[in-house]
Amino acid sequence: MSYITEGFKEAVKLLITWDGEVFQIVSLSILVSTSATLFASIISVPLGTYFAIKKFKGKNLFSRLTYTMMSIPSVVIGLLVAIGLSRKGPLGHLDLLYTKEAMIIAQGLLVTPLIFGLTYGLVKSRGNTIEKVAFTLGCNRLDTIILIIRELRVDILINIATAFSRAISEVGAVMIVGGNIKNYTRVMTTTISMMNSMGDYPMAIALGIVLLLISFIIHSIIYSYSREE
Amino acid sequence: MKKRLSIFLVLLLIFTIVGCSPKSETPQEPDGLQEPQEVSKQGGTILLSTTTSTEDSGLLNFLLPKFKEDTGIEVKVIAVGTGQALQMGKDGEADILLVHAKESEVEFVEEGYGIERKDVMYNDFILVGPKEDPLGLKDKSPDNILEGLKVIEGEKFTFVSRGDDSGTHKKELNIWKSADIKPEGDWYLEVGQGMGDVLKITNEKQGYTITDRATYLSMKDDLDLDIIIEGDENLFNQYGIIPVNPEVLGDKANQINQEDAKEFMNWIVSEKGQSLIKEFGIEEYGQPLFIPNAQ
Repeated sequence: MSYITEGFKEAVKLLITWDGEVFQIVSLSILVSTSATLFASIISVPLGTYFAIKKFKGKNLFSRLTYTMMSIPSVVIGLLVAIGLSRKGPLGHLDLLYTKEAMIIAQGLLVTPLIFGLTYGLVKSRGNTIEKVAFTLGCNRLDTIILIIRELRVDILINIATAFSRAISEVGAVMIVGGNIKNYTRVMTTTISMMNSMGDYPMAIALGIVLLLISFIIHSIIYSYSREE
Repeated sequence: MKKRLSIFLVLLLIFTIVGCSPKSETPQEPDGLQEPQEVSKQGGTILLSTTTSTEDSGLLNFLLPKFKEDTGIEVKVIAVGTGQALQMGKDGEADILLVHAKESEVEFVEEGYGIERKDVMYNDFILVGPKEDPLGLKDKSPDNILEGLKVIEGEKFTFVSRGDDSGTHKKELNIWKSADIKPEGDWYLEVGQGMGDVLKITNEKQGYTITDRATYLSMKDDLDLDIIIEGDENLFNQYGIIPVNPEVLGDKANQINQEDAKEFMNWIVSEKGQSLIKEFGIEEYGQPLFIPNAQ
């Protein structure tokens, strides 16, 4: 049991002294997951809104497929990206496997359907009235989408935060496409996984604490923002 | 329509239950072949903590069914790095260890975590690198790993390291030490993953790495990597087996299956166990992957 308390003590020490390696790992995690979530949001929020208000044949099936894609396992995404980017793969000439960029691509692909689905569901259930207002104002389709996004911005932000949490906490995809290379592609989750297999707990616990703190901060900001609204 | 469907489902359920029940009441005849063995040799279960190399190479999948045949003891394998394997032993989470980091192992037994340590077998490491061998190491020093590493460090050529505190990683660091080099810099990539992943990364980056022969041979077809340096004594790697001392758990000592663990140790160093180890790999690779050397 003592190694658990020892681990916690060491972890707090690492955090307070702001150990260089911890800092590097944490900042890379935030960089990768933020970029991935940002790219995914730019694509998915407008598209999700568009498909939610559009009426088309097979929308029921489309909904179901969308919700299925939301729960795609991160290792599957990792596998697909790795196959595509490996030297023998179709995009092998880009030399991207085991780089930061590959990690952003993988996490981006992971959260794109998630943000799309969440936006889609949100707008489908709450966008109707806004759409009617837009109609009476004589908006065209683009204006309508912009109006809906503006009206639902708090909920959309919460969705994006959820997606970010998924990105920063997943380990399967970044492990496969990043390779957990020290100083290059090592992020919090891959470090925790590695430290566990090395039986070295302090660093793992420290990073676990940071992961929780990041989640807490993000959701606190959004929570206070949504109360102001 | 719905009614019909539900009737059908109920009937299906009944048939399934009826269909199953007689089997469970009467002794199963087709399975009878296995029954006598399990009855005659009541074996327990032991938890073997070992390194990824023995698991990934397929050695344990080859040995353990034969051990079960002989003794009825079921071996559950947890494949981790040597560092974690030893830690599991210290925490009493495994019954027996099969690892390869002799210094740490001896220390482990001396500190009282293990009952005893016996040599089991050894395998060897190799330096693999790009097929075209850009540094020309194959010509310069085909059997001198220390020279090879000096060239790699001198040229700052990409070298991928396990970096995970595993037996292989410790072995690699030892060899660097023998070559009097402290590997550091952009060219030295520490990956913190298993051998298979390291080989894949080496392949993508077209660098050099030190790997165990077994993992390399089993993945060879998917890699654009060749054996560059082999046969240096510095590259030999000894495996030891250690039953965990139940006393590490204090008053929970009976949770460790010491008796069966010892039986496994005795079996693997016995003539039969040793000759099986020697047999393994010949069929598939034309050469044994592990050389038995128990005394």
